Amino acid sequence: MSYVEIRDLHKTYDTRGEALEVLKGIDLSVERGEIYGIIGFSGAGKSTLARCINRLETPDGGSVKVGGVDILALSKSELLQERRKIGMVFQNFNLFDSRTVYRNIAYPLEVSGFPKDKIRERVLETAELVGLSDKLGAYPGGLSGGQKQRVGIARALVNKPELLLSDEATSALDPQTTIQILDLLKEINKKAGITILMITHELDAIRYSCNRMAVLEEGKIIEEGTVAGIFNNPQSRTGDLFAKVFAEFQNISLTEGAGI
Amino acid sequence: MSLLDSSLWEVIVASFSPDIWKELITPIGETLYMTVISSLIVLVFGVLLGIFLTVTSPDGLLPLTVPYVTAGWIINVLRSLPQMVMIILMIPVARLIFGKSYGTNACIIAIAASCIPMYARIVESSLLEIGKGKIEAAKSIGSTNAQIIAKVILPETLPGLIRGFTVAVISVISMTALAGMFGAGGIGDIAVRFGYQRFQHDRLFACVYILVILVQITQGIGNLISNRILRKRNLL
Ligand SMILES: Nc1ncnc2c1ncn2[C@@H]1O[C@H](COP(=O)(O)OP(=O)(O)OP(=O)(O)O)[C@@H](O)[C@H]1O
Ligand SMILES: [Mg+2]
Repeated sequence: MSYVEIRDLHKTYDTRGEALEVLKGIDLSVERGEIYGIIGFSGAGKSTLARCINRLETPDGGSVKVGGVDILALSKSELLQERRKIGMVFQNFNLFDSRTVYRNIAYPLEVSGFPKDKIRERVLETAELVGLSDKLGAYPGGLSGGQKQRVGIARALVNKPELLLSDEATSALDPQTTIQILDLLKEINKKAGITILMITHELDAIRYSCNRMAVLEEGKIIEEGTVAGIFNNPQSRTGDLFAKVFAEFQNISLTEGAGI
Repeated sequence: MSLLDSSLWEVIVASFSPDIWKELITPIGETLYMTVISSLIVLVFGVLLGIFLTVTSPDGLLPLTVPYVTAGWIINVLRSLPQMVMIILMIPVARLIFGKSYGTNACIIAIAASCIPMYARIVESSLLEIGKGKIEAAKSIGSTNAQIIAKVILPETLPGLIRGFTVAVISVISMTALAGMFGAGGIGDIAVRFGYQRFQHDRLFACVYILVILVQITQGIGNLISNRILRKRNLL
């Protein structure tokens, strides 16, 4: 059995009586220790899918299993415990402006009842891992986008989760910073063996980081396989489209020397 | 001294005379007492009620339709009463609680009944200003609702809460002045008894200065604190 197993996942939003089916039966298997990419256009349902994995959103049907745990069957308090084992990183960082970098990173430990006398050591260790040791006293308001995302990643990692959900973690960053953050995620994946689900609409991010990927379109996975396989041998409309966009992007990048 | 028989300038000069200000010391004390006690009551209950509204709202952490709608309705009813009507209305209530229908403590009830709903609405709108993403992040970390309120929502919205509290305190001050008419003592009492009933406009002017200064100081302190916090957080 795979580490993350999603079967026939359905989600419909009900906004003012109008039903919007956002996930139309998703099947997905992510192996332990891999960086798995999910790509799709805006509105395809990528964030919704990620949010169903830690049950920030309750699916209407199907099953979500992480490390054999049936996420949808958990009680409220079990869910809180489980969420502490699943880190999440956001496009807009979602840092706490009222807290210094140190206290942002310490937040998950405070919340989970981590032994108080060990918090400091763990925070310093995590800050070191993401390269923020010299910024611990700063407030997020005074950091660059890349530094903010490092805080976001540290906060997601400090409880030593086994799974990291990265929802457009690099989409708000410039190309150079994007590479640095992707390198950081790869390093974390290698060092700590954390499984990463990397959601993005940037092809280069997936090409750079992932072995396997899925293409999400209008709530359905229309293609799944190795990154090389999908881009070299497109079988679907989206795969084809992405491949073209990707090829163009590569040309631009090569001529400008700014791409990945 | 009155404007009826003296020039404006003479009245202004007289309004700074030491005799008048000596007599005002006790009323100033009463006004400050009413303001501080009422403001603390408004702060505590306004914040609690504001949190309740935010949490139980349809988009809140724990949506509860009936309590939310009921609380909202009560607040709207209380807010639709003018301050003077509220004081008149609270006189029998104060009699029930304190055994007498006038006096400083009685008016504090009226001030609380009038200003708590107002501050609760300000708190509600301040709390709602927090980005959804931060709450989402706190949830994804496995925070309980109580932790989200205490460790995320309140600290993140603190500058707005302070600014809102400034508005509430100023409204409390203006209501203590009004309450003076109904036996609550303080600056308002002097303004009505001497300034209105006996045409002693120098005293009335002195009362005006005090109210203006109180409001300015309150606003100044509120701005200072909330700006300090914003600057410390590098958000200004
Ligand atoms: N809470 C919600 N209520 C109603 N509709 C929603 C909600 N969240 C998302 N949607 C809708 O669901 C669809 C999918 O949204 P989702 O955020 O999952 O897309 P996405 O693939 O992450 O897009 P993007 O790349 O822009 O982030 C969109 O049409 C969106 O408007
Ligand atoms: Mg999204």
